[in-house]
Amino acid sequence: MTASAGTGDAAFVEFDGVQKSYDGQTLVVKGLNLKMPKGEFLTMLGPSGSGKTTCLMMLAGFETATNGEIRLNGRNINQVPPHKRGIGMVFQNYALFPHMTVGENLSFPLEVRGMAKSDREARIIRTLDMVQMGKFVNRRPAQLSGGQQQRIALARALVFDPELVLMDEPLGALDKQLREHMQFEIKHLHESLGITVVYVTHDQGEALTMSDRIAVFNDGRIQQLASPADLYERPENSFVAQFIGENNKLPGVIEELNGDKALVRLANGELIDATAVNAKEKGGKTLVSIRPERVEFKPEMMPEGAHMIGAEVIEVIYMGDILRAVLKVAGTDDFVIKMRNTLGQTRLSPGQKIKVGWHPQDARALDP
Amino acid sequence: MAEATQELLTTADGRPLKAALAAAQSRAKRRAFFLVLPLLLFIILTFLVPIGYMLKRSFEHDGFASSAPALVAWFGENRGFDPADPPEEAYAALVEDLARMQVEKTTGMAGTRINYSVPGSISMFKKGAREAKNLTPPFRDSLIAIDPEWASPALWRGMASASHVYTTEFYLVASDMKLNDHGWARGEDKERIYLYLFFKTFVISGIITVLCLLLAFPVSHLLATLPMAKSSLLMIFVLLPFWTSLLVRTSAWIALLQEQGVVNDLLVGLGLVSDEGRLTMMYNMTGTIVAMTHVLLPFMILPLYSVMRVIPPSYARAARSLGATSWTTFRRVYMPQTLPGIAAGSLLVFILAVGYYITPALVGGADGQLISNLISFHMNKSNWSLAAAIAGMLLAAILALYWLYDRLIGIDRLKLG
Ligand SMILES: Nc1ncnc2c1ncn2[C@@H]1O[C@H](COP(=O)(O)OP(=O)(O)O)[C@@H](O)[C@H]1O
Ligand SMILES: [Mg+2]
Repeated sequence: MTASAGTGDAAFVEFDGVQKSYDGQTLVVKGLNLKMPKGEFLTMLGPSGSGKTTCLMMLAGFETATNGEIRLNGRNINQVPPHKRGIGMVFQNYALFPHMTVGENLSFPLEVRGMAKSDREARIIRTLDMVQMGKFVNRRPAQLSGGQQQRIALARALVFDPELVLMDEPLGALDKQLREHMQFEIKHLHESLGITVVYVTHDQGEALTMSDRIAVFNDGRIQQLASPADLYERPENSFVAQFIGENNKLPGVIEELNGDKALVRLANGELIDATAVNAKEKGGKTLVSIRPERVEFKPEMMPEGAHMIGAEVIEVIYMGDILRAVLKVAGTDDFVIKMRNTLGQTRLSPGQKIKVGWHPQDARALDP
Repeated sequence: MAEATQELLTTADGRPLKAALAAAQSRAKRRAFFLVLPLLLFIILTFLVPIGYMLKRSFEHDGFASSAPALVAWFGENRGFDPADPPEEAYAALVEDLARMQVEKTTGMAGTRINYSVPGSISMFKKGAREAKNLTPPFRDSLIAIDPEWASPALWRGMASASHVYTTEFYLVASDMKLNDHGWARGEDKERIYLYLFFKTFVISGIITVLCLLLAFPVSHLLATLPMAKSSLLMIFVLLPFWTSLLVRTSAWIALLQEQGVVNDLLVGLGLVSDEGRLTMMYNMTGTIVAMTHVLLPFMILPLYSVMRVIPPSYARAARSLGATSWTTFRRVYMPQTLPGIAAGSLLVFILAVGYYITPALVGGADGQLISNLISFHMNKSNWSLAAAIAGMLLAAILALYWLYDRLIGIDRLKLG
C-alpha cells in the first residue's frame, strides 16, 4: 500500500542497492532501495548523521556510490559527471555566488548552456517573478535577507527547467514564520511546475506538511517509506513511531498472538489488547505505541471496546491552545495526554488518580 | 514631533546631550591614548624618523655650501650672473675658496658635491686647490691656464646650484639628467643607467610576481582543501624557508644552477645539452629570477591560502549542479572569489621584490642587479644624498602602486593572512 506510488516501470529516480562508505570501514548508507515516479515530492527525513545528505550528493553526482546503481529516467548515472545530470539543487547555505548580482546568478546556468541573451533575460525575469523577487535583479546576495536569498537560490535551481530538483535542508536557516511560509511556496511551485523534488530535512513537521511520501532515515537505512498519514498513524517500527510526532510507549511481553491481534502483559502485570505490527512471536518483548491524542480520560468519551487502565497525574503543562498532562501509567512515568483548552475542559491536578483508555487499534505493538 | 527634534536634546539634569556624552567618553579616550602611547613613540622613533631623515637627506647636501663661503656670498649677491661669462670677482672668490679648501682639507667634499651634476669636477678641484695659493690675478686667466674647463658654463651653473644646502639636484641625477652648458638635460644614452634600472627592476619584479602566482595558486588550493593532517604537513614545507637562513637558501640555488652545478650535470648526463653547451643559469638575470621567486613564494601562498580557506566548497558544487564544467567553475566562480588573495599576494611579492637586495647581490652577476643594489653601491661610496634620492623615488613608486591598488581593489579588502 505504501509503495503504491513508486511501483512499476515508471520509476524516474531509482536507487538500487546503493551502499556508500567514506573511509572504507563503516557504511554510511547501507543498501538503499528507492523508486520515485515523475512529479513526486519525496522527503528524506531523519536525525543528523543518518545519511540523507550523502544520498542527495550521490544523486547530484558529488559523491560516488561505493556499490549499487542510481538510475535517472531508467539510465544508470553512476558515471555521469554532475554538470551533465541536469539536476537543480538548493543548498542549505544557499551557495549564491557572492561576486555576482542576482541576475548574473540566474543567468549562469543559462550561459553555460549557451542560451541567447534575449532568451536568458526573459527567462530570468519570469523565474524571479515566480518567487516574487522581480525587483531584485541587480542586487548582490549580501544585500538580501536570509528569506530573500532562499528565494533566489530556489529561482536559480529552477531557471534552467530541470525535471528533478534536490533540496538539502533549504529552510534550516530561516525563522519559524518564514519557514512555514516558504514551505507553502515550495509546495505550490512543485505543483504548478510539475517537477520532481527530493527534499531533505530533519524537521518532521516540515516533512509531514510538504511531502507526497516520506522516507524516514536512520543509521543509513530507510526505516519506513510511506505517505505522511500512513507514517504518522501506522508507524511500522518504534523508531518511526518515536521520531514522528509525540508517542507514548509502554514496554511489555506478548502473551498471545492471533493474526494482527496481540495480548500484551505490561510491566505492572496488567494485560492489554493491541494491534500486532512488528511483534513476531509469542513471549517476545514489545513496545506498545499509543499517540497522546488517541488517549481518552473522560469515561463518557471513552471509545467502544476501549481498555481502561489506572493512571496518576504527575504534572500539567499549560501550552496555550492545549494542556499537556504527564502521567504515570503501568510503571512508565512519561505517559503524555493532550486536552484541548476549551471552556468546559476538565482541569487535572498533580497527584490526582484517573483512568485512561484507548481503542486497541490505536495501541500498536512494535519492536522493542 | 518635527519641532521636538529641533530642540537641543538634554540629559535628565539639563546638560546638553552632546556635551554629556563627550565628558563621559573623554576619560576612556584618555586612558586608551596613554595605552597606545609607547607603541606610537616606538613607531615614530624607528619608522617615521629614519624615513623622514632619509627623505631630508635626499634634498640636502652642504659639501660645497659649507666649504666655499666666498663664492656662496658672491652667488648670493649676483643671482642673475651669466654662467657663460662670470666676472673676475667671481673667479677671485673661487680662488680664495680653493685656497681655503686646501688648508681645511675640504676639497674632496666640495668637489664630490659638484661632481654629481658635472662629472669630472673632483679632479679639477683637487688640482685647482693645490695650486690656488700660487695663482696671481687675473684669476680667470690663471685658472683657465690650469684647466680650460674652469670657464665651462655647466661648472658655474653647478657651483651656483650647489651654493644652496637644499636642492632637487639628486632627483634630477637619479632621473638620468645631466647639467650641460645650457642647464639640465637628458644625459647621453649610454650614461642613462638609473631609469633603465628602475624599469628593469619593475619588469623583473613583475615576472617574479607572475611566477609566484602560478606556483602558489595550486599549492594554496591544496592547502585549503586537503584534510587537516595533510594540510598541516604541507604548511610546514611552505614555511620551512622561513626557518632557514636566506644565505643558505641562496647558496643552495648556486649549487643547483651554476655551470658545474647539479642541474647542468643532470642535463649533460641525460644528453639533453652538450658539455660545452652548459646553460648559464646563475650570476645573471635568470639566477635572480629563480632565487627570488623561491624566496618570495611563501608571501604569495599565505594570503592566497587565507582567502581560499574560507571559500565554502558548496559554491563549486552549486556551479557544477547548474551545468558548468570544472574549468568554467574555476574561471567564473572560484577564481573571482580568490581575487582579494591574488591581489594581496601580488602586491606583497611585488613590493618586496622591488626593494630586494641580498639575493640579486649574491646571484645576480652583472645583468641581474636591481635598483636596490645601486642604492647600496652609492651608500658604500658615501653618496648618501643620491642613494636617498633613488630610495625616495622607489618609495614614491611603491606608494603610487598602493594607491592604484586601493582604487582598483580597495585596501579594506586586502587579506594578508
Ligand atoms: N565527506 C565526508 N567524509 C567522511 N565522512 C562523511 C562525509 N560526509 C558525511 N560523512 C559522515 O557520513 C555520515 C552521514 O552524514 P550525512 O549524509 O551528512 O548525514 P545527514 O545529512 O543525514 O545529517 C555521518 O556520520 C558523517 O560523519
Ligand atoms: Mg545533512
